This record gives sequence, C-alpha cells and structure tokens, in this order.
Amino acid sequence: MRIVIAEDSVLLRAGLIKLLETSGFEVAAAVGEAEGLLAAVRQHRPDAAIVDVRMPPGFTDEGVRAALVMRREAPEVAVLLLSQFVEERYAADLLSTSTSGVGYLLKDRVADVSVFLDALRRVAAGGTALDPEVVSQLLLRRHRDPLDRLTPREKEVLALMAEGRSNAGIAGALVVSESAVAKHINSIFAKLDLPHAEGDHRRVLAVLRFLDGDT
Amino acid sequence: MGTRHQGQYGCPMASISPARRALEHAPWSRATWRDTAFVASGVPLQFAGWTIGAAFWTVWIPVNLVPLVVLATVSLLAMLLALRPLTSWQRERCWAMLGLEISRMPDFDDGRPWDALRNLRSPEVWRVIRYHLVVGPFLAVGALTTLATWMAGAFLATCASYAWALPYSNPLSLSAHAIRIGVLSGLGVLLLLAAPWVAAAVRRADARAAVTLLGPDRAAELERRVEDLAEKRASVVDAADLERRRIERDLHDGAQQRLVSLALNLGLARETLSGVPDEAMQVIIEAHEEAKEALTELRNLIRGLHPAVLEDRGLDAALSGVAARVPLEVALRVEVEPRASSTVEAVAYFVVSEALTNVVKHARASAVEVTVLREGDTLRVVVTDDGVGGADPSGGTGLTGLARRVQSVDGTFRISSPAGGPTTVTVELPCAL
Repeated sequence: MRIVIAEDSVLLRAGLIKLLETSGFEVAAAVGEAEGLLAAVRQHRPDAAIVDVRMPPGFTDEGVRAALVMRREAPEVAVLLLSQFVEERYAADLLSTSTSGVGYLLKDRVADVSVFLDALRRVAAGGTALDPEVVSQLLLRRHRDPLDRLTPREKEVLALMAEGRSNAGIAGALVVSESAVAKHINSIFAKLDLPHAEGDHRRVLAVLRFLDGDT
Repeated sequence: MGTRHQGQYGCPMASISPARRALEHAPWSRATWRDTAFVASGVPLQFAGWTIGAAFWTVWIPVNLVPLVVLATVSLLAMLLALRPLTSWQRERCWAMLGLEISRMPDFDDGRPWDALRNLRSPEVWRVIRYHLVVGPFLAVGALTTLATWMAGAFLATCASYAWALPYSNPLSLSAHAIRIGVLSGLGVLLLLAAPWVAAAVRRADARAAVTLLGPDRAAELERRVEDLAEKRASVVDAADLERRRIERDLHDGAQQRLVSLALNLGLARETLSGVPDEAMQVIIEAHEEAKEALTELRNLIRGLHPAVLEDRGLDAALSGVAARVPLEVALRVEVEPRASSTVEAVAYFVVSEALTNVVKHARASAVEVTVLREGDTLRVVVTDDGVGGADPSGGTGLTGLARRVQSVDGTFRISSPAGGPTTVTVELPCAL
C-alpha cells in the first residue's frame, strides 16, 4: 500500500516512515507542508495520505484545508488526519464532503502501533476512523436532533459505528453479544427514520445523520 | 497628590495648636523667611507679562491706525510667546522654594513655542493667560505689600536709634517727642509681627493660583491618567496572552513532538521486538504506557494555555472541545457574533475551562450548563451546575485566579453558590479591549 506523509516535525516524520516501512507499507513521499502534500498526491496517486493538521506557514489548520482540497481533486485517495488536539469543528469540515476514506486521530494514537495501522488500513480501504475523543465531541454538539431519541447505549453503538467498526468490533468494545449490537443498530435505524436498504448503506446513512449537524 | 499640595501651600493648620501656629509665624522662623523669599521672587515674573507688552509702547507710540494695529499685534504676540518660559520659571520657583511640584500641561507645554497660540481654544492656555496677566499682578502687589510691611516695621521699630535726627516741632516738649518715638516703635514691632502673616497669606494665594492656573486641571489630569493606565494594562494583558501563545507553540513544536516520537518508537519496539527477555519487555511496556500518559497530561496542559482552534475558529469550536472532555453532561450554547477581541476570547475560554475543572473537582454535579452570549459590547459567560454548592471564592486558588484574569480585562466576576447548590458563575467581559 502506498502512502504519502505530510508532517512538519522532522522527528515524527522519520518515526512514521520507520513505522510504516517496518509494517509493510510503501512511503511514496514525505513532505513538511501542505503545498508539498498536494503536489506529492498529484504526482504519486497514493492509496492514502497521512496529514498533520498544524503545518507551516500558519500553524493552525493547514492540514484540514489541504485535506479538503485533496478530497475534491483526488477523492480516491484516503486521508488520515493526525493532530495533537482533535477538534470537533475540523472533523465536521472534513466529514462534510464524504465519510468514506477519511480518518481523524489524535497524534498520540500512533504510539499504539497496531491500532493505528488498523485505522490506516480501514481508511485506505474506504472506511472511517474517528478518534473516540472526536466522537464524544460530536455527540455533545448534536443534542438537538433525532439523535436525542437514542438511548445512551444506542449512542455508544452509533459512535462506534462512526469510528468505522464492524458489528463484531462494536460487540467486543461494549462487551455484549453481536446479536445485542444488531438489535441496537436496528433500533437506531428506526429512530433515525432511515429507509430500508442494504445494511451497509444504512450504516453509512446513520453515521451521516450522526455527523450531519450544524456544520 | 492633592493632600501633598495642601500640606505645602494650603492650611494644614486645623490640627495645629494656636501656640505652634504663632511660633511658626514668628518673624524669625524659617517658614516666615521662606514665605517672604518666595513671594519676593515672584514679583519680577508676575509683572513680566505686562512689562513685555508695554515695552514696545515705551519705544514708540504711533498715531496712525495701521502702525497702531501692527504694534498692538506685535506686543500681544510677544506677550503670548513669553507665557511659556514665564510659566516654566514659575513652576521652577514653586518647586525650588516650596517643594511644590506643578505638572506640565500637554496642550500648553508640548510642541513648538507657537503651538500654544494655535491651542487658544484650550482652557489650559486661558488659565495660564489668567495667571500671568490678571492674577499675577495682584499677587505681585501682595508681595510688594509684604516687603513694605517688613521695611516699615523695621524702620519704625528701630526709630529710637535715630530719634535725634527726626524733626520735632517744639524743642521744649521733649517728653512729647519721646512718647511719639515710643508709639512709633511699638507700631513698628506690631508691623514686624504682622509681616509673617501677610507673607504667609500671599504665599498661600500665590501657590494656590500657581497650582490651579499653571498646572493641569485635577479632573482632566486624572482622566488622562486613567486613560494612560487603561492603555498600559491592556498592553500588559495582551503581552501575557501573547506569551501564553508562544509557550503553547514551543511546547507543541518541541516537547510534544518528541514525546510522540518516543512513544511511537516504544510502541514499535513493543510490537516488533521478539526474543527479548520478559523482564526487558516489561520495562518497554511500562515505558510505553508512561510515555502515553505523559502525552495526555501534556496535551491537557497545552490545551489549557491557548488552543490553536480558538484563534482559528473561535470560542464555539474551542469550547465544544473543552466540554467534550468533561465527564459530565454539558449543555453548551455559544453565540458570539461578531467575534470578540482575541484577548477577550482567551479569557472567556479560560473562564469556562477553569469553571468546568472546578465543577468536576468539587461540585459533585451531574450536569452543567454553559452559555456564552454576546450582548452588544458585552460577552456574558454563565456556568451553572447542579452540584452541592458552597463554593467559596476566597478559598480555592481556582476561583481567585479566575476572578483575577477576568479583572485583568475589566470584566466582572460573580459567583452564587448556596450550600446545597446550585452554583452559578457569571462573568461579563467587554468585547473590545
């Protein structure tokens, strides 16, 4: 799998390259700022890009903005944003274009190597990977809509769905049976008035409804 | 300042006994000689204004209208231009002889000499004119009266010594002459005793006139000072804010990246190393966990300083991040349009995050409500919890720090926390600093 990295800290860039290469990924390019990232993506057409949110010149949200441009220019390239702080607002921006092939994680998560690589693979395969902290922020800001009708447990399940987990993964995380998860999910679908369709599509719709707030 | 002036030139006599007062006004006392010297030194300066104006007319008195007008204008201008040096000499005199400091007046003293003429609409300039051309001459007359009293007193009191030279009408009535000399001597002594009081009175009048007419208006001066202080405080607050941002940036670029990299390497070692003794692996695992905890702590610390998202997206975005980290149900409502100044936003952010930290630590609450609303030029921040109440603003350092930071931008801080709850913290901040 070919990856492009955009990270302004030299130390961390080297660390990420090492991590990816020892884990069997191919690092097509590693750059230090947003402009370079866009050029590298155009040139290499990687499977995924790992992008730091805060990069030169402004050190605010250059990564988010570059990611948005990438989503427009090359939607087939998955984007995994990394940041020292996750902000609900940035997540909302990122997810407003599409919820497939995007991820947004705290930088700390790279320390949990296998979890991080899982997330990267999931995003590269067209899934989503949201940091639990982003999810809790998103939940907080979506009080005033049909989501209010969900029970706390259902909200947990929905949050895990948004993180991109499968039913089995959700069941594992909540320590319940898979059938209980399926029941919760059906109840979520019902409460969110989602039309009957293929399972995965409804899943995406539920996540979209979940994320589709006042962005 | 006022009281100091009062002590210098005014009458701080209320608390002083009549005996002390009389002693102070004895002809030989230091105060008396100082007063006399002071009023005498004023005479040339106080007459100078008119003298300069009149000087032109002693040289030439024109008869025709045009030269008359020209000369009048020239002499008037000369008088006005003389005001500034005269004023500064008068202030010097007050400072040197009475220790009385009279501040400069920006409208009058600053700029080039002729700027004072352009500022003719300023009350300051007119007060100065009043001193030099109206009050001054009267004060000079007072000063001359003082000197005359001294001199007359001295001449009369000592008249016995030259009585032989004085004319007397009838050579036979020597006793009548002696009585007359005696009466005159007594009168001289009385004048000598009175002179210090005259000197003190003129000195008081002179000093008072100098302070009120040659110095800045008290109210105007205070107003200027308040403005000055407000400006200084704003710049100090801004500097502190800037410093906080710099520290945040430094930590983010330095320690945080290093820690992430360290945790990453430890994580990599943990996952990929094989054939390591169990004990060594245990050490790696512990180090990895420690590094991750350190990262979390550092992240929370940095976010408390000044989050980048605040600058970037404003209070709503920054606060939703804070609220999400609180292990309570938080209802957050932020309506700040247009945005407040960045320093004020930083304070509002700090208020909410500190208040929430306090709630988590002490209130034993289950739900918190946070509202941040802009009402005109005021940013109103209200944090209410359903906890046990009894928060004491003088007790915890959290609340004191909070109140202090609010005051630094001229905001108000109120807390209501009856025992049993609920606790409400209300903060109002001016949107522009």
